[in-house]
Amino acid sequence: MVMQRVTRRSFVTSVGAASMLPTSAVLGAAQGAEPAKENAANAAGTTTPDISVADRPTYLFFNEAEVLFIEAACERLIPADESGTGALGAGVPNYLDKQLGGAWGAGERLYRSGPWAPGTPQQGYQLPFTPAELFRNCLRAIDRQLGAANTPFHEMSPAQQDAYLKSLESGGHDLDGVPSTIFFDMLLAMSIEGFFADPAYGGNKDMVAWRMIGFPGAYADYYEAIDKHGVKFVRDPISLAEDGRGHVHMHPDIPASL
Amino acid sequence: MVQRLKEVDVVVIGVGMVGTMVSKELAAAGYKVVGLERGQTRETVPEFQSPGIHDELRFDVRKALMQDNTREPVSFRNQASQVALPVRRWESFLPGTGLGGSMVHWNGQTYRFQANDFQLATRTRERYGKNFLDSDLTIQDWGVTYDELEPHYDRFEYLLGTSGKAGNIRGQIQPGGDPHESPRSREYPTRPQKEHYQGALFRKAASGMGYHPFPQPSSNLSEPYTNPEGLKLNTCVFCGFCERYACEHYAKAVPQTVLLPVLLANPNFELRTGCQVQRINLDSTKKHATGVTYIDAVGREFEQPAALVITCTFAINNIRMLLLSGIGKPYDPASGQGVVGRNYAYQTMSTVTSFFDEDVIINPFMASGASGTLINDFAGDNFDHSGLGFIGGAFIGAVNTNGRPIQYHPTPPGTPGWGKAWKQAVLKHYNHTVMFSLHGSSQATRQNYADLDPTYRDAWGQPLLRITFDFPQNDLRMAEYVTSKAVEIGKAMGAKQVAGGPRKGPYTITQYQTTHNTGGTVMGESPRTSVVNRYLQSWDVPNVFVIGASNYPQNASWNPTCTLGALTYWAIDALKNKYLRNPGRLVSA
Repeated sequence: MVMQRVTRRSFVTSVGAASMLPTSAVLGAAQGAEPAKENAANAAGTTTPDISVADRPTYLFFNEAEVLFIEAACERLIPADESGTGALGAGVPNYLDKQLGGAWGAGERLYRSGPWAPGTPQQGYQLPFTPAELFRNCLRAIDRQLGAANTPFHEMSPAQQDAYLKSLESGGHDLDGVPSTIFFDMLLAMSIEGFFADPAYGGNKDMVAWRMIGFPGAYADYYEAIDKHGVKFVRDPISLAEDGRGHVHMHPDIPASL
Repeated sequence: MVQRLKEVDVVVIGVGMVGTMVSKELAAAGYKVVGLERGQTRETVPEFQSPGIHDELRFDVRKALMQDNTREPVSFRNQASQVALPVRRWESFLPGTGLGGSMVHWNGQTYRFQANDFQLATRTRERYGKNFLDSDLTIQDWGVTYDELEPHYDRFEYLLGTSGKAGNIRGQIQPGGDPHESPRSREYPTRPQKEHYQGALFRKAASGMGYHPFPQPSSNLSEPYTNPEGLKLNTCVFCGFCERYACEHYAKAVPQTVLLPVLLANPNFELRTGCQVQRINLDSTKKHATGVTYIDAVGREFEQPAALVITCTFAINNIRMLLLSGIGKPYDPASGQGVVGRNYAYQTMSTVTSFFDEDVIINPFMASGASGTLINDFAGDNFDHSGLGFIGGAFIGAVNTNGRPIQYHPTPPGTPGWGKAWKQAVLKHYNHTVMFSLHGSSQATRQNYADLDPTYRDAWGQPLLRITFDFPQNDLRMAEYVTSKAVEIGKAMGAKQVAGGPRKGPYTITQYQTTHNTGGTVMGESPRTSVVNRYLQSWDVPNVFVIGASNYPQNASWNPTCTLGALTYWAIDALKNKYLRNPGRLVSA
């Protein structure tokens, strides 16, 4: 059953990502094991990126070459380590894919009238590109530049990947007209969003990032706890998706419909 | 085809907190009032309910409750020599939209300004001499005094049910309150909120240094409260989703919880949402308003005649409304002539971050928007500025409002911005860090102002507001000084590392600081240096009143909302008891 959900695209991308996974994880995936759940229960206990073939996202926005870069780059920005899962295990590339393929990627909440000028750093983002257009433009340029040098990003060593990301961060590349620092800043900001946003958005899988820092999520009531100073608050976090506890605060004196 | 509607007594532009207060009072006095709100209606049920309201990505990062900047942004530059460009995404400040306005997403921090603030130019000259100020400062007195506003402050706090501890009741200093505050006529309506751990650590350290810590006045309530309008608020449960969010619990004082139900029940009032006012219309003399023109949600254009027009929009939108309507002379920074857009100011925010060992468990996610403890020892003119080279100051407080992790994940200086070292620092410090807010005053200058952009337009084809702003040197010196004092408190708390972050220039539109934009339609004693008189009446068009933080000649060391509430009740008093009995100029020019 598991294998039936492996599309050609996700199979190709998983092979690409597998080059950075420890052998055991790849084997686990091939055998249909579910390291993700195990890891979620013990967020601090493993260095294994918890991604199996069955759990691979269905990418709707990124093409195959883009997935190779995005998965590898996100995992360097927020790597798996002895403290727990990184971006890949938390589903950050899936978050980016869904955001860029949706309203945000299409320019939601972005004023898009010209004329266009680069402006000063204090004036903020001033490109005509939507986020989706920006990613596509820059990923194409990166792919071409690294491909010409025969050093695709996902085949680099982690140290080489970090060096390349730093060169993007410092603005060392012109990505078909876009200063690479603009692309890097957006990639990093969205990776942090995907790591810490509610799992309903496709990242922070099983609330793994919240468990790592001890954030209780959408939990809503600390009245009795707030003045118990210095006491660790221990309970499972709550996601927006958990509607079992949903309740409506009807006010006896204020009608719901004003 | 413009459809001309039947004349009404009063048109109110913007149904936020100010518009709700004005409309409620004038409708209750028997006048026919139409409220035009550009956004949609929204209510505690169903719009503000959990768990959906506790969504950091949607409300914090994507700014779901804010003014639609794809249709109506502003443009910005630091200096007049630059070309202003549109603010393509909101970051530095976040004006709201929709019924209830920006106050729906406020934090509830409910401070009064001090008596000195309302006579800043006079008091500064008296205390420090006439050559003390930097030559670019254009500070001035408000034309109204604290004593005149005190009853209105009191009324506004009792409308909201504000939780706090008085420090000065009719001149008697009260233990536990702020001894620097100007006299108030009575205690706060409700007791202070519970103190979180950051506040307790700050209180102990600040007390030990001889300062005067007190609980932050909060309009997230500490206990159930019934306000004078008969509306009941609940106890805040410190959910940690306050600013940039609406409250699900009926615990935050916003128009929906403290006044709107009363207003909407009055048949003298008609609410129209989805209505974008294009301009206030003037007759051929340009000295009398005939009403407003607006475009509704489906694109139809209407003219709404009215005997009195009151613009109650967010500060920057009030400025733009006057400029689009040709009311008042636009300010020209080259000549110093003109008034509309003059004295645009902001807030000078600094931070101090204290990193503790991992045995100090902070739980930053337990907070209300206004929980915390602070001192006013370095705010306003509460300390001697002789020899310091600046005026103004900041409150220093452990006034943490949340631990929402996309935006709150403090790391010590020198930590890389990504990678393993970043991740491990985030994990290490998330629950063991205390952040102070240093909430600094903002002085008006000759070069900071707002006018209409010559190039960029909104979705209706009208020019954007163009903001030209950078931090005055006066304010940057203030930030340095107050930050150095706050760092000492952080060290006294026993933190193993304390990082001071004094505000630096140039001002950037790319980083959130506050939504405390002020000035541009300032009040004052002379039509040469103010847009409205002391009753917030236009000097040029007497049947237009302008109410907003745009009335502040400069901004003080505290959050502006409570002062705006007081000014609104002050103006309502003048409208009901003076203007509407005998329409005309309330102050001769």
